[in-house]
Amino acid sequence: MEIPAARDPVAAVREAFGEALLHVKEFRGETTLVLEAERTPEALDFLRVSPGLVYNMLSDVSAVDYYPNDYGERFDGGALGFRPERFGVSYHVLSMLYNRRLRLKTFAAEEDPRLPTATVVWPAANWLEREIADLMGIVFEGHPDPRRLLMPEDWHGHPHRRDYPLGKETVAFSFNEAEIRKHKPFATN
Amino acid sequence: MAVATPPQSIEEQRSWEGNLDQLRGLVSERAITGETMLLNMGPHHPSTHGVLRLLLELDGEQIVSCLPDVGFLHTGIEKSVEDKSYEKALPLTDRMDYLSPMSNNMAYAAAVEKLLDLDVPERGQIIRVVCLELARCASHLVWLGTHAIDMGAMSVLLYAFRERERILGMFEMLSGQRMMSSYIRPGGVWRDVPDDFLPTLKQFLIDFPGKVDDYEALLTQNPIWKDRAQGVGVIEPDVALAYGLTGPALRGSGVNWDLRKAQPYSGYETYDFNVPLGEHGDVYDRYLIRIQEFRESMKILNQAVERLERVTGPYRSENRKYCPPLRSELGQSMEAVIHHFKLWTYGYDAPDEEIYNAIESPRGEIGCYIHGTGGNKPRRVHFKTPSFIHISALPVMAKGYLLADMVAIIGSVDIVLGDCDR
Repeated sequence: MEIPAARDPVAAVREAFGEALLHVKEFRGETTLVLEAERTPEALDFLRVSPGLVYNMLSDVSAVDYYPNDYGERFDGGALGFRPERFGVSYHVLSMLYNRRLRLKTFAAEEDPRLPTATVVWPAANWLEREIADLMGIVFEGHPDPRRLLMPEDWHGHPHRRDYPLGKETVAFSFNEAEIRKHKPFATN
Repeated sequence: MAVATPPQSIEEQRSWEGNLDQLRGLVSERAITGETMLLNMGPHHPSTHGVLRLLLELDGEQIVSCLPDVGFLHTGIEKSVEDKSYEKALPLTDRMDYLSPMSNNMAYAAAVEKLLDLDVPERGQIIRVVCLELARCASHLVWLGTHAIDMGAMSVLLYAFRERERILGMFEMLSGQRMMSSYIRPGGVWRDVPDDFLPTLKQFLIDFPGKVDDYEALLTQNPIWKDRAQGVGVIEPDVALAYGLTGPALRGSGVNWDLRKAQPYSGYETYDFNVPLGEHGDVYDRYLIRIQEFRESMKILNQAVERLERVTGPYRSENRKYCPPLRSELGQSMEAVIHHFKLWTYGYDAPDEEIYNAIESPRGEIGCYIHGTGGNKPRRVHFKTPSFIHISALPVMAKGYLLADMVAIIGSVDIVLGDCDR
């Protein structure tokens, strides 16, 4: 079977998504495409199935918190046609056929951060997005299983946010449970 | 599906019990009506290799659905790293996948090097390859022993740990630590190999292939082993890719993908070795692949030993802005003292950019995503770990098999919960 020639992912995405492709960036040989949040799952599907691209594995989904409010200026020196929001979420896809990686980045607002889920395209995104929802507090709309993943289900707050202080958690046993609960944010007495 | 509201008071917490409504949509409707049975496997089950809880829905002995519950070992390593300079965060990475700390060190160090655009000298790269392949053997030995004991073959564990002990002894020679080695560091390795290391390694390379034959004699053609392993936990290549499986779990399904070949790092492109592949994607094929990987690792190690004897020179980068000067320089050079002080107090600045770098660990692809701040501490470090991905794919592998097969399936994907929860 003949393998179709590799296409430039930037040109292909620009052609298919036009204005939704907000920014392109190169660093250390890695390409980052910044896309509008609503179009990200669609773009992931486009990259997965298009001949000449075939990004056939989702390597990683990771989120970054640009708190405090320097995120607008710091990302690429502020020379942007759009304003980055507080949370950045990166989808790293890998094409085994053409042996290259690509990063799709999108931003979520500080107030009520919401993004569409990519689980419909990539089953692998299920847990990776749950981890982000748990630790970074970004809601993935349409996610099939939005429970907390790593933190206890009665936890308050999202520990990986930059404004969440680094602290410690005493291990709860039956003898000291009440003592620990007294110091919880939800304690009333 | 609505998320259950967490309890708001101590009284609520006491009286709060999970109800079946939470599981609606995650288990089948038959479980809600009580037609099938919900069974907790773990978190203290010995075959879950740590603290993994599986909520299994059983129809008789058959698994209808499986809900993995993780997070019992969540230690916030990614959060702690944000508060440390790049060099000082390295020991934390040992504690993720505690069966192959060298691979974690390498994943982190390689990512930092990419962020800084730092080169590693040739001798440093060879020492790294030696460490990584020894770590692969040590990790596969624990997998082999525990996988076999889970399936009822008791003696393999003792043999496997006997050989692993020798590898850990070699790690102690290199780094002073058997397990939490922190030996591979950004820019190279901590120190050169000691004089007695190479003879020990050579003796090990002579002895070990025979031991691998012994393991195979115990298991590979054993009819009980074959009955338990063949045709169990089958995952098709396209499903494996969709769920993001990597390493032996992916190669067991016949997908030829090994980062050491595809995107070589640390000079792997110059070594001659093969990538073993499976056909059926079942437990048995994943077992065969790891056994063959022992032999491929031996091949790489033999070539690396020959190079270690030949190649001299620095074992870590000479760039004093990122790598500490030698101890011997400190007594003679003021500049060396300044660099030493600066590195161990402040560290170094890294650009306010993001990078993703992946290496092939014994379990699969460990990816390290680092976003710098422009200062000496990262804004965000995220580890994409193979165990995390593999546990998320357990429900697909387990569906339709028997409860007793679950143990074999967990063993065959080789999970480490420290790696999963971080």
